[in-house]
Amino acid sequence: MADPAISVESLTVQYGDHRVLDGVSLNIEAGEVMALLGGSGSGKTTMLRHIIGLERPTSGTVRVRGVDINRCSPKELRDIRRTMGVAFQECALFNAMSIEENVALPLHELTDLADPVVEIMTYMKLAAVGLGQAGKQMPQELSGGMKKRAAVARATALDPEIMVFDEPSAGLDPIVAAGLDEVILILKRAFHMTILVVTHELASAFRVADRVAMLYKGSLIAVDTKDKFQASTHPRIRQFLDRVPDPIESTAVQDRFRELAGMAGGRK
Amino acid sequence: MNVLETTGGGVIRGLAYLGGLTIQGWMGLRATPRVLPLVGKRGRWQAALRQMAAIGVDALPMVAIMSVCTGFILAMQAGAELRRFGALKYVMDTVAIGFTRELGPLLTAFVVSGRSGSAFSAEIGTMVVTSEIDALRTMAIDPIEFVLAPKYLAAMITIPCLSIMSNAFGILAGAGFMFITTNIRLPMYLRYVANSIELRDVFTGLLKSLVFAIIIVNVGCLEGFRTRGGPDAVGRSATSAVVWSTFFVILADVFFTAVFYLVRKG
Repeated sequence: MADPAISVESLTVQYGDHRVLDGVSLNIEAGEVMALLGGSGSGKTTMLRHIIGLERPTSGTVRVRGVDINRCSPKELRDIRRTMGVAFQECALFNAMSIEENVALPLHELTDLADPVVEIMTYMKLAAVGLGQAGKQMPQELSGGMKKRAAVARATALDPEIMVFDEPSAGLDPIVAAGLDEVILILKRAFHMTILVVTHELASAFRVADRVAMLYKGSLIAVDTKDKFQASTHPRIRQFLDRVPDPIESTAVQDRFRELAGMAGGRK
Repeated sequence: MNVLETTGGGVIRGLAYLGGLTIQGWMGLRATPRVLPLVGKRGRWQAALRQMAAIGVDALPMVAIMSVCTGFILAMQAGAELRRFGALKYVMDTVAIGFTRELGPLLTAFVVSGRSGSAFSAEIGTMVVTSEIDALRTMAIDPIEFVLAPKYLAAMITIPCLSIMSNAFGILAGAGFMFITTNIRLPMYLRYVANSIELRDVFTGLLKSLVFAIIIVNVGCLEGFRTRGGPDAVGRSATSAVVWSTFFVILADVFFTAVFYLVRKG
């Protein structure tokens, strides 16, 4: 059987006394779309940063196409990174460059393609995400949705085998978010990319993903197909799916209210 | 125990900072040839040219004004004392040697540190907080080569040039003072200056300015790369860049002046 495109084994990340990820293991097969769900502070972004090799874990391994990215040589890491595209939550477009310069950057830096070829490829990448006419604009002149799509165009400039999206729908209205979901699906269908989408947007996750994983307090509590995930009876997953808020720690809050009321009474 | 912990923590942080400066400095210098025209990567040379304009050309008016003012101040202060001994002509030596050996490189370093050191830090700090540096790394583009190396090359070329300009403006201010006080005209003043300066003075000044350039770029960029948090952190990094680069420039100046003094004496 072929190696998974991404394999995370017993990943543990600890900052001081705070354990952010606790022995997380997850395989993402080639060609599948995996949605990594979880509430705020569950460790999603930390896991993503370890998968793309921006951080070193406390323990555990992350393999991308069979290569342990924390123990490989710098050249191997560079080669792996050339096969990965990352679309950051903040878009991370270079503000001093136009949109087409942003998209052309990896082509200029990492290939020997002639300038006219780079120009054609840049236009094709921008056109594929619906920004064919926006190439000359600067990032600060674009709307949130256009910036996200420009970031996708740049991330796909070198035709990566693996794409990673960090909160692609965050801060977008439902129509723009649906448009971005469509872009992800096109990447999967047309280019057979392996895609990891880190999100807390349920609608988006269920639209694009083949399988869904969910993190809760640094541990994976589910890795399943989206149908099985939606039918789960796990209390935390049900709470997440049914949008039930956490109960407020009433005793502590009430004690504080009483204390404050006492202070107000004392001032009279 | 608390005093020990605090002192130990401070020493470790200081050593880590110096270690960071050393490693980044070495990586930056190693990456600099890839910015050179013809042999370097395409596009990098243009980035270095833009940096040269920002570090050098844009700083020239400020360097010129500060050098003229300082040259005049130095001439007046030296003149006030030397006049008492009937040695006013030594004002020319004081200004010429003072600027070529010391004041030219130092004034230039202060101006560039305030203008460009803080700008490097703010630029890179903003790139860090907006994930642009992370984006470069995930694209397999070395941030040191892409961001730092063009600044290195630009600073190593422009700061010595600015120092020469500073020397010229400072010495010309001395000429102004000598003309007002003793009616010595510019050609005669320049002949006297040429006789009083040795090539070694110019060389040591240029060597200092080259080291100051490396310090300013290295500290400014390290402060930028160390930025964590939001926009307020970018502001703090810019301030730290100016404070620390000025501090290290002074330290380096003391070191080099002491070395050159001992060499001359020997």
